[in-house]
Order: sequence, then structure tokens, then C-alpha cells
Amino acid sequence: MFDNVWLIPLFPLIGFLINGLFGKAIKEEKVIGGIGALAVLCSFAVACMTLFNIISLPVHERVHNVPVFTWIKSGTFQADVAFLIDPLSCVMLMVVTGVGFLIHVYSIGYMHGEEGFYRFFAYLNLFTFSMLLLVMGNNLLLMFVGWEGVGLCSYLLIGYYFHKKSAGDAGKKAFVMNRVGDFGFLLGVFTLYWWLGQNHGIWTIQFTELAKHAELFQGCTLLTVITLVFFVGATGKSAQIPLYTWLPDAMEGPTPVSALIHAATMVTAGVYMIGRMNFLYIQAPTTMMVVALIGGATALFAATIGTAQNDIKRVLAYSTVSQLGYMFLAMGVGAFAAGIFHLMTHAFFKACLFLGSGAVIHSMHHALHHCHSHDDAQDMRNMGGLKSKMPLTYGTFLIATIAIAGIPGFAGFFSKDEILWQAFANPHHGSLNILLWAFGACAALLTAFYMFRLVFMTFHGECRITPKAKDHLHESPMVIVFPLIVLAFLSVVGGYIGMPKILGELLGGIPNYFEHFLAPVFEFSEEFTKAHAHVAGHHSVALEWGLMGLSVLIAFVGIGIAFVLYVKDTTIPAKFTSAFPALHRAVYNKWYIDELYDFLFVNPCKALGNFLWKGFDVVVVDGIVNGVGSIVMGFSGILRYIQSGYVFNYAFSMTLGAVVIVAFYIFR
Amino acid sequence: MAMNYPILTILIFLPLAGALALVPFWRRERWAKGIAMGCAVVELALAGRLLFAAAGLPAASGAPGGYFLWEDHVWIERFGIRYTLGMDGISLLMVALTAFITLLAMLVSWRGIRERVPLHYLMLLVMESGIMGVFLAQDLFLFYLFWEVMLIPMFFLIGIWGHGRRIYSAVKFFIYTMAGSLLMLLAIIGIYLIHGARGGNYTFALHDLIGTPLDPGTALWLFAAFLFAFAIKVPVFPLHTWLPDAHTDAPTAGSVILAGLLLKTGAYGLIRFGYPLFPTAAKAVTPLLLTLAVIGIVYGSWVAYAQEDMKRLVAYSSVGHMGFVALGIAVWSPVALSGAVLQMVNHGITTGALFALVGMLDERTDTREISAYGGLWGKVPLLAFFFLLFSMASAGLPGLNNFVGEFLILAGAFRVTPVAVVIAFVGIVLPLIYTVRLVQQLLFVEERRPLTLPDLSLREGAILAVLALTAVYLGVHPAPLLGLLKVSVALLTGGLP
Repeated sequence: MFDNVWLIPLFPLIGFLINGLFGKAIKEEKVIGGIGALAVLCSFAVACMTLFNIISLPVHERVHNVPVFTWIKSGTFQADVAFLIDPLSCVMLMVVTGVGFLIHVYSIGYMHGEEGFYRFFAYLNLFTFSMLLLVMGNNLLLMFVGWEGVGLCSYLLIGYYFHKKSAGDAGKKAFVMNRVGDFGFLLGVFTLYWWLGQNHGIWTIQFTELAKHAELFQGCTLLTVITLVFFVGATGKSAQIPLYTWLPDAMEGPTPVSALIHAATMVTAGVYMIGRMNFLYIQAPTTMMVVALIGGATALFAATIGTAQNDIKRVLAYSTVSQLGYMFLAMGVGAFAAGIFHLMTHAFFKACLFLGSGAVIHSMHHALHHCHSHDDAQDMRNMGGLKSKMPLTYGTFLIATIAIAGIPGFAGFFSKDEILWQAFANPHHGSLNILLWAFGACAALLTAFYMFRLVFMTFHGECRITPKAKDHLHESPMVIVFPLIVLAFLSVVGGYIGMPKILGELLGGIPNYFEHFLAPVFEFSEEFTKAHAHVAGHHSVALEWGLMGLSVLIAFVGIGIAFVLYVKDTTIPAKFTSAFPALHRAVYNKWYIDELYDFLFVNPCKALGNFLWKGFDVVVVDGIVNGVGSIVMGFSGILRYIQSGYVFNYAFSMTLGAVVIVAFYIFR
Repeated sequence: MAMNYPILTILIFLPLAGALALVPFWRRERWAKGIAMGCAVVELALAGRLLFAAAGLPAASGAPGGYFLWEDHVWIERFGIRYTLGMDGISLLMVALTAFITLLAMLVSWRGIRERVPLHYLMLLVMESGIMGVFLAQDLFLFYLFWEVMLIPMFFLIGIWGHGRRIYSAVKFFIYTMAGSLLMLLAIIGIYLIHGARGGNYTFALHDLIGTPLDPGTALWLFAAFLFAFAIKVPVFPLHTWLPDAHTDAPTAGSVILAGLLLKTGAYGLIRFGYPLFPTAAKAVTPLLLTLAVIGIVYGSWVAYAQEDMKRLVAYSSVGHMGFVALGIAVWSPVALSGAVLQMVNHGITTGALFALVGMLDERTDTREISAYGGLWGKVPLLAFFFLLFSMASAGLPGLNNFVGEFLILAGAFRVTPVAVVIAFVGIVLPLIYTVRLVQQLLFVEERRPLTLPDLSLREGAILAVLALTAVYLGVHPAPLLGLLKVSVALLTGGLP
């Protein structure tokens, strides 16, 4: 039934090889882009079939391992190239191939005329391939292959405009920061593998095997360490405190890349990984708390920075960091299904937002280019009033913005509200719950604010671009707009498959399809929570309604503030800035975290390298060697008079050796 | 496949015969080159045939466990010296690597070497003979002989065709090596005498000497001498300082062989001779070797990070990568040891390729200063692509070869010493930092002064493509190679899980 799932990653790999090897010769953009998009479409088709197959099976037969070949086998250690098909990987497959396909289509229009068009599509396919390995791998090591592969593609794609120094630096930063996190991932693999093998004789890194023996970890004193180091890996890949600073810089890459890699798929890998290993996390309360706190704090912290950025993509980047924080918050409070649900809805609306911003930038760029202006095409201060020029882009962008702001009826509302409620009502963190909820709620306020600030600055009000350029602003071609429409559509309807329980009951018993579908994956955690919750979280329905109302109110307040500040009286922001110059500077400069990291890590690292080389290697070790050497050299210097060259030296030592042997033999 | 001819002897002496055969063609460079190349190709064909047939070969009769090819003759009876060659999985991988790397080294230097061309190829052939012998000899005296034969041509390669301070580097290489091998010779004689004194059987045969009862003090001294000789070659910190100089100043073929093969002989020596001969002493020294290996990993990577000369950077990166091999040996468990042997092969491929690439750049522009380059991605896309690929392999990207070895070593080491593994992780993070820095500067940023350079020639492209395919293959499907190692590694480590 699932014998053909290996086709899913294979198609993009073929696409990568074709475009990578022959793209330069093909030249024709339509063919190259067509191959790239078609490869992902084929994967999407197989993924859909897989999903239908899974749904057609009874709930408890929905986990399948599909082996392909043995990869590494040595002693007790074995890692196969094998795929895991279960509800969770099906959800991820749909997101990766579905959204991925739309972004491939969009890229055909967006990258039109760019130098190295084929290179772009080759990378994009390679990325899709790696991402599919990541979500389909049935063991930790194959997941790690994908995990690193997406990192490489991210590096190459951020640095796509490679002659731009800032782009290269951003790619480098992303790659290295990810690697710092990967250190955690690998350490987790080792500890997990070793602990289970040493104590229970089960040598495995396969997810289903680990899950089968989940209860063995109850007595594992190392579990907190294991889960924490894996989480370190997640903070790198998913841009959480403290390893988040690469993501905003990653916006140097072409916009489709930001949408695909840095919003919809790669950055959610950390969330997926925790979801995959939920049965371990649920048994490590300390880790759960750390994950929830880091997630909540990141959600809020990144949102504060988002309020002061003027680059349209940077606002979205901080928004992504913040939304990923929500997902980790969900994971940390044991609301795994809600976290994955938010991952999916976020993929819809954030991809839509990024692609929409890309359309804006594209149009701005063309307009500015036409009248030889050097104004920044991504700076919102140069935009304004684009609503009438780009109605379709505006419409889809607005829908996605409403979705992310958490207005009822749109996808983001369902997923975010579920997370906020779980943060408040979960049985894991006791009195900390209030704080976690507060993090989430404040971040929600800021999210609504900065997103509508973005919409107002970009699409509303006066057009601030030069009048000459203004006439060149235009709506994008269909190939760009079509994906926007599909994603906007999904940003609305995507939420209804995961309706919160109380809402569903109100509307006549609509179940939470999404949660039910994923239930087998999170079954152990569910049972464990039921058995171990200190106080069963009995919260009244009224309270849940109250909180839901409050979060909606918060969203409207955020929008209201944005409206007042950026539509009603646009002089207020400037006044505010001059009233609190230090605060604004700090926020605008991202709280100086980059500078802090440079000071703490980057510079000392360089200095130490230099010291070890010039100080230790050359002076100390070589000093000793040269000392010995000069004695021998003096010796060989004499010999050189006798014979020419060093052969004699060698012959001498050989003879010496032979003499020693004989001498020993005779005089022993 | 029945081996009804002495294939091991042929493997060793064919290159030497080739070296002699090219002497009459001293004035005809093309002929000399052709003969050398022919020998190297035949060697590779033989090694390749063995590689494919090995899995099906039965154990050789009269040989210790794990060996599937065995040639044993009395050589100098009076001293108990035998001409014993044997091949097990470990030797086979090393032999195949030797044949492969030597051929590539010849191809790499095809145009770069213009002076004394026949002598150059003669040296390469002699070296190949020596290295093959080192990997096949099962008699300590024979081993020592090949060990010396292998080293001398390298000294000439650096001294005659090298760059920069080539004499200094050659002599440094020579002194380090000589110091080590003299001590090793003494230790060989030592164990020979002790063994002989006990039972009256004076022999250099490795598998007779294994298990010789020694009092702990003596064993420690003898092992220390072996360890010293081999640790220099690996190299183990702090005996590594010959390496950056030798690698940097050697001609490209020399660097490729140094990194690809000579370093491996040190690690191989420890695996084949040092540990089996003196197991208790080795156990006693383990903490020290572990510590030095981990220091080497971190130190090599960190110093590589500070380099401005790209060849020196690759050289220091070798110190780090070989530190992993030393770690795998020090741990001495099946997983770690398999990883170490695999890593020896992987490092040979990856670093060999990187040295070849650096050589190609140097040939084109006459500079190895990293900051002199830039924008190669736009100018020489093929070369840039390979550079990126091998840099990533070297940085341990999963899916490519180096990752598998490093992972197995660390996975094996983790059971013994988690702390060492945690520290060694610096050696996972730092290589990425310095390779990305290198890649960035070479391939991406604008160059400071304009360089014009041609892209890869067919010959260069073929070399790199073969290496690249090997790197990918070993990264994706290392299982057959690990299967070849299984028996030997289990026997060596005493069947520990």
C-alpha cells in the first residue's frame, strides 16, 4: 500500500539533478521552472494518495515503516534509509509538497530573468528533497540527513545573490548557527541510543521502536538532558531564543525562499521533531517547562522587534520567529496537536504574506528601476497606497493578515486560540500557566498591531513613491497571483478542520478532525498526562469562552492601535519615537543581540584561533622540534660534505638498524 | 574467484617493476609518464577486482582469522624473517585507497610537474610499492622495510618539486619520521628478542608475536615506541607540526598522497601492530591517547580557522579529521574502530580532493592566499561546484562520506567517554565555520583584484567527478564497506559489542 512512498522524495531529487546538470544548457526558463514545479507536483500527487490510503485505514493501523535499503550498519548500530508514514508525516507531507508546489509556481514568475535561474530551481528541488527526508525519515539519523540538507540549501539560497556581501554573510550566519544547534541534535541521538541500549538492551534510533518502548524512559534520569539537547537543535533550526538571530538576516534571500524555507517548512522542523518525539518530552517535565518558556518568551520578544522594523520582509521575519514561538509554547504545554495545527495554518498564511510581500517588492523594484531611483524597494516608508495598484495582492494579503492576527473565522484564530487556551489550562506547569498565557496574549496584541501597521504602511494612505515611478506600479502576472489566491483561500478554510471543541459543539457537534487524525501519534502523551496530571485541569466552559473573547478583543485592540497610529494620525509614531529615543533605538536595533553575540562568541573565537596557531604551534611545539632539528641538521650538515644529499642519511639509519639487529643477535 | 597467482606480491612489486621499467625512457617524458600511468591503472584494476570479489572469498588457509589472502615464505631463516603478506578487510580498504589515490595523484600532477618528470613518476611508483607493502606485510621486519621505502620518496617529492621553504619542510618531515621509525625499530627488535628468549623461536612474524607475555613495564616502553612512531604519522597532537609545513610546501601530488595515504599508515600501524601486540599497555595508555585525540580534533580545527593560506588551512583541517581517527582507535570498540577505518578512507578521498582543488587554483593563479580570490562561482562554475561539494563533505555534511565515519567514531566513543565526545563536538561545529568562511571568500564575494582563470579541463573534471561520485557513494551506501570490516574489527576488538 505504501510501497511507492519513496517516489515522494525521489521526484524532487530527479528535478534537482536535471536542472543542476543540464539547466545551464536548457536555458529556456519555462522548461526549467516547469521541471522544478512538476517534480514537486508529482510528489504532491503521491503524497495525496498516501494520505487517502492512511485515512482509509482503521485508526490503529495508520503507522507504517517502509524500508528502502540499509544505510549504515556496524556492530549494534543500524540506520536504514526507511520512511515512516503516519498521520503526522502525512500532515507534513501535505504542507511541504502542497505549499512547496505553489511556491515553485510563484518562483517561475518571480525569478523571471534572474541570472542563474536554473540554479535557483535546482536548489529549490534539492531543498524539497531534503525536507521530505526530514519529515519521512523513520529514524533519527535519516532525519538528521534532511535536517542538515535543508540547512545547506538554506545557506545556498540565502546567498543566492552571491556577489552581495550581505547576502553571503547572512547565509553563513544561518548555516553556522544551525550547526551550533545540530551539536545538540547529535548529542541527543548519542545519549538516547546509548541509554536505551545500555540499560535495556534495545539498540535503536527508529522512531516507532522508541515509541514502543516509551514507558522505559520513565525511570531515565538522563531524559531531561536528552530532551533538552534535542531542543537545542530545535532552537537553531526553528530560530528560537537564543539562536534566532539568523532568521531575520536570512531575508537577504529571494522572497520565494523566505516563504518556503524561512516560513512554511524548514523553520518548523524543530516543532515537528518535538512532535515526533512527544512521548519523550511528555515524560520530562523540566524540559517541557523550558520549551514552553522559551517558546512563549520568543513569541513576545520577537514581536516587540517586529513593531519597529521598516523593511517589509524583516517585519515578516520577526513575525515568523514569534509564531514559531507559539508553536513551541504549544509543544511545551503538551498541546502537540495544536502546535502542529498552528504549524500548518501558519504555513498557509505566512507563505501567503511572504509571497504577497514579494509581489509588492517586485512591483516596487520595477517601478523604481524604471525611473532610476535608488530608493529601497523593501522599505515600507517608500510604499503606501498600493491598494489600488495591486488589488489582488492587497486582497490576499489582507486575508492572510486577518488570519495571523487571530480574527474569528480565519485559520490563525483557531490554531492560536487553541494554543492560548492550552497554555492557560494545561495540567503541567501549575501557576506558571498564567505567565505562559500572558506571553502568548501580549504577543497576540503585538502581532495584530505590527501586521496591520505593515498593511497600513504598505497598502493604505498616500503613495510615497515618486510620482514618476508610481505609474509603473502594476499588479503581478497570474503565475504570481494564482498561488496567492490559493494560499489566501487556505488561510480561511484551513482552520475549520481543527475547530476547538467548544466552538464545534456550539455549531452542532463539528469534531476537531485535525486532532482526531493526529491522535494515534500523541496517544502515549495523552495517556501519560491523564495518569500523571497533579490536578485534573477542570476549567469551566465559561472561562474558556471568556478567554476566547479576551483574545479576540486583544486582536482588535492591536488593530485599533495600528489604525490610529498609521492611518488616523500618522504623526504619533514620530512623536513617540522622540519621546523615548533610547527605547526606540534599542528595539529598532533588535535589542543589540547581534552585537552582543559578536562580542561574546565571534571575536574571541577568532582571537583564540590565531593565538593557538602563531603562539602555540609555531613558537612552542616548533620551537622544541627546531631545537632538536638543529642538532640533527648540524649532524647531517657534516654528512653532506661526505655525500651529496640526504639519501645518505637514510642509508645510514638503515645500516644502523641492521647493525643493531646483528649486534643484538650476536651478543645477546 | 580463485586466486591462483600471488596477487599480493604483484600488488606490491608491480609499481616497483614499473619504476625500473621507466628508467630506460629517462629522456622520453611521455613514455615515462605512460608507463607510470599504466602501472597505476593496473594496480587500481587489481585492487578494484579484489574489492568486488572480497565479500565472497573464503578464509585463507593457514592464515589467522579474518584474512582471505595469505602469502607466506621463509625469507632470511637465520633471523626468523619471513616474507608474509596477508589481506583482511582493513588491508583491502587501505590497498584500494592506495591504488586509487596514487592514480589520482599522477593525474593531478600531469601538467604541473615540468622538471625531472620521469624521476617524479619514479618516486610516485616507489612510494606506491612501499605503501602497499605497509598495508600488506604481516612480518614486523618486512613491515619496517616497507615503512622506510615508503617514506624516502616523499622526502624527495617535497624537497625537489615543492614550493616555499621546501628544504626546511622536507627536513622537518624527515627528522620527525626518522625519530619515530628508529624508535619503532628498537621496539621491534625488543619484542623479537623477548619472544625468542622465551621459547627459542626467534621470529618477526606478527601473528606469532601477538600474545607474547610481557611484564607491564617492558610492554609499556615497547608500546610507547610504536605509539610514538605511529602517532607522528597520524598525526596526534602535539606531534603534528611537521604536517602543515610538509603539506603546504609539497607539490600537489605530494600533498594528495601525504594526506590521502601516508597519514593512514600511522593509524593503520596502530590498528594492526601497536594495539594487538601490546593490548594491556595500550589499555593503560588509552586515557592519554583519548585526551590527545580530542585535543587534536579541537586544536586542529581551531587553528585551521585562523589560516590565510588555503593549503595550510586544508592541512590543519587534516589534523582535526585525523584526530577523529585517533579517537576511534583509542576507544577500540567495533563501532568506533569501523568508523575509524572508514574515516581513513573518507579523509583520503575528501582531503585528497581538496588538495587537488587547491593545486588547480594555485596552478592557475600562482597564489594560495584565500583573500586573493573571490567570485569563482560566477567565473569557474565547475571548479566552484566541486569545491563546495568537497568542502561540505569535509565539514561532515550527512549524505556525504565523512559524516558516516565521524558519526560511527563518536557513537562508539560515547559509550566509553561521553565527555570526550562532547568536547569533540567542537570539531563538528568548527569545520563548518572555517569551510564556510573559505567557500564564502573563494566562491562568493567580489575579488579584490580581477583574476582571470579557465575552468576545469577534461582531465581535471574527470578526476574530481570520480572523487565526487566516490564521496557521494560512500556517504549514501557505506554498508558494503562496513560489511568488509566486520570480521577483522570484531576479532581485533575481542568481540566486544
